[in-house]
Amino acid sequence: MTNVLNLNGSAHEELNELQERLLNDFQSNFSLSPTPYADIASDLRVTEAEVIEALQELSESKIISRVGPVFRPHSIGTSTLAAMAVPKGLLQYVAKYISSLPEVNHNYEREHRFNLWFVVTATTEEDLQAVLMEIEENTGIAVMSLPMLESYHIDLGFDLNSNNQ
Amino acid sequence: MAKAHNHNTDQLLIEAIQGGLPLVSRPYAAIGKDIGMSEAEVIRRLSQLLRSGVIKRFGVVVCHRKLGYRANAMVVWDVPDEQVAALGQRLGQFECVTLCYRRARHLPDWPYNLFCMIHGKDRNMVLDKLDELVEQCNLSHIPHQVLFSRHCFKQRGAIYKHRQAVDPIRAYLVGKT
Repeated sequence: MTNVLNLNGSAHEELNELQERLLNDFQSNFSLSPTPYADIASDLRVTEAEVIEALQELSESKIISRVGPVFRPHSIGTSTLAAMAVPKGLLQYVAKYISSLPEVNHNYEREHRFNLWFVVTATTEEDLQAVLMEIEENTGIAVMSLPMLESYHIDLGFDLNSNNQ
Repeated sequence: MAKAHNHNTDQLLIEAIQGGLPLVSRPYAAIGKDIGMSEAEVIRRLSQLLRSGVIKRFGVVVCHRKLGYRANAMVVWDVPDEQVAALGQRLGQFECVTLCYRRARHLPDWPYNLFCMIHGKDRNMVLDKLDELVEQCNLSHIPHQVLFSRHCFKQRGAIYKHRQAVDPIRAYLVGKT
């Protein structure tokens, strides 16, 4: 567990032990009892208020994005990975526009001729295509859509320790 | 009819909870209050969504970057169609691979059909892990490319919402960024 503290130059150098436990041990199987934070507190032998406060701090410093569900892709809607080859001078501008769309969650610049990569999510295939067309119309740049056909990975969360070499 | 009703009620719950649980003592009651559902029903429906696999994981969602895993590479492979499932399953089991998907090719621009994500603290750590994959799975003859991320413009959970209903939220989000 201590190795989590040893990463250089990262936001979590100041993590306390409670925050580390919260990050490591509660990425899945979160309690569905009426009082989940009290359940965690009793597991960790602290108070419910301490758990809530620690999660608030992790959330404010953006170390966690939320406590909540991760949906299986395509189970309640549809999505695609989209890529665009954006001229360098326009990249910041186009990226900002893409990020502003509520249907877009991840949006990354990558080192490639296709330099902007983002995930578009919608409730229906029709809505999804409408978003892609809207992006093409508003930017004048072709959008390459690469829908997922099959997933080979079972998401068990991110193991801070074993990835830590 | 009953099914449609269920679907809509689940959709309502999903929309209410996808941004995360409130950090209050009775979060499921708080979610329920917003959408006119009892605490017990929220819990029952969430259990059902977990059991059926609609929710694949429920808990603390960690941001890799903030934890020092700043390098992430999307590695894309052009695998013969008849081999892609077997290779995908194999790659998906490596600890360093955080996502592994088969995707549609987009010819002629994009011949790659297998995508995996490798996270690491720096570029060398990611490349070392990739070397391991190539060696252990005999992939040196499979054409591939490594696309390191240069900048993360946005990362959050997916938001599923019907487009017609989205405008106020869109306005809110655009106003915020």
